[in-house]
Amino acid sequence: MPPRPSTLIAELTYQCPLHCPYCSNPLDLYPDQLETGHWVRVFGEARRLGVLQLALTGGEPMLRGDLSELCDAARDAGLYSSLITAGTLFTRERAGELKAAGLDHVQISIQSPDPEDNDRIAGNRSFEKKVAAARHATELGFPLTINCVLHRQNLDRIEELLELTLELGAQRLELANTQYYGWAIPNQDALMPTWEQLRRGEEAVARFRERVGPKVGVLWVLPDFFEELPKPCMGGWGTTAMVVAPNGDVLPCQAAATIPGLEFANVRERPLEWIWNESDAFARFRGTDWMQEPCRTCPLGRQEEDFGGCRCQALRLTGDAAATDPVCRYSPHHDRVVAAREPPRAGEFVPRALVRGARRGRSDAIRVPSRAHPRP
Amino acid sequence: MTRPRLVTGARLRYDEVREEHLLLIPEGAVRLNASAAEVLELCDGERSLDDIVGALSQRYDGADLRDDVIELVGAMEQRGLVVDAA
Repeated sequence: MPPRPSTLIAELTYQCPLHCPYCSNPLDLYPDQLETGHWVRVFGEARRLGVLQLALTGGEPMLRGDLSELCDAARDAGLYSSLITAGTLFTRERAGELKAAGLDHVQISIQSPDPEDNDRIAGNRSFEKKVAAARHATELGFPLTINCVLHRQNLDRIEELLELTLELGAQRLELANTQYYGWAIPNQDALMPTWEQLRRGEEAVARFRERVGPKVGVLWVLPDFFEELPKPCMGGWGTTAMVVAPNGDVLPCQAAATIPGLEFANVRERPLEWIWNESDAFARFRGTDWMQEPCRTCPLGRQEEDFGGCRCQALRLTGDAAATDPVCRYSPHHDRVVAAREPPRAGEFVPRALVRGARRGRSDAIRVPSRAHPRP
Repeated sequence: MTRPRLVTGARLRYDEVREEHLLLIPEGAVRLNASAAEVLELCDGERSLDDIVGALSQRYDGADLRDDVIELVGAMEQRGLVVDAA
């Protein structure tokens, strides 16, 4: 039997008021969204399957009118719930409602610690609302996580970001690396950090940890493209987490829909337990039997440590989702990762959805770059 | 450490699926043995370390568990999971 999942990532909607240039959400709208009753059933099924942690995410989960009901259902099911939000709609009133409904934890994204820079990257005026949201969260007694996606255009402000996190009373700072999927692909050259930035960032984090201690947990890892060995993506395929898309499709990771030939079961048709234990998508890259060389005879014996890295990254960089993640120095395609570390210095990025020919406000209807963009 | 309490947002629970005690925290879980769970249940921000040691001693026929309690609470404090309510 497969291991028990511990995390359910509930992507409640892909709609979002922000236009981040690195958004990794699919570019399709997924119009056929699950209804409240579907989610309530899924939460109960998840707990019985062993899930402990529920991430209510998106897009922007605050756009769901039934969010309080969903928090209530998560509490009833016995799940520890986290709201993953941009914060712009997290008013004092709605925050209070969610607290009363049993929401456990709030994670707010900040695009940059500098207000103007934040608003430029997010593509709308949001900094002040985010700061206000963070204050509502701590005043109401929520544990608060600040999340910032790092890239070349904000990494130089990492010290300001650490100070802002401390000042906001956050318990955790998640320094996430840009993942090059979805909208981030056409912007890769404008987002890829430099070695020098990463080195200074790492030093700033070390100084902060030394000074502040365990009061603020800082999550920081080197981005994949600067590593020599891959990370165990999602803790191993079909090993710890399941992702439910807005339409009810269940995926082993948020980007799995980019892999051709994978068929995803839907919670409207199948119980979560069947999907986890029996479905083709979860079985496909679970364990080590699917591996090719050089993973199959890994010289470091890391098959069960990194599980061959990220399947979606392998697909994007080699054209084969079953290949060794090219982050690995033993991959025959590792040179592609090395080459991407020194990008041509594109200065400007393209905000999500504001592409030529697209009208403002129709962001969700656009389906472009992930397929149109040439793969390396 | 005068009056230990669990950090904001941390929740103790017994997981009937895995049949083990857990401390649930934002986006994570710490596995606990039964005695660790028992000590952490007493870390309510009201009791002092002495109170906690005393309560356990009473429960276990006068056994002196002071060193165990201090070690556990110290380790949890290092990880940011227990803080001082004082």
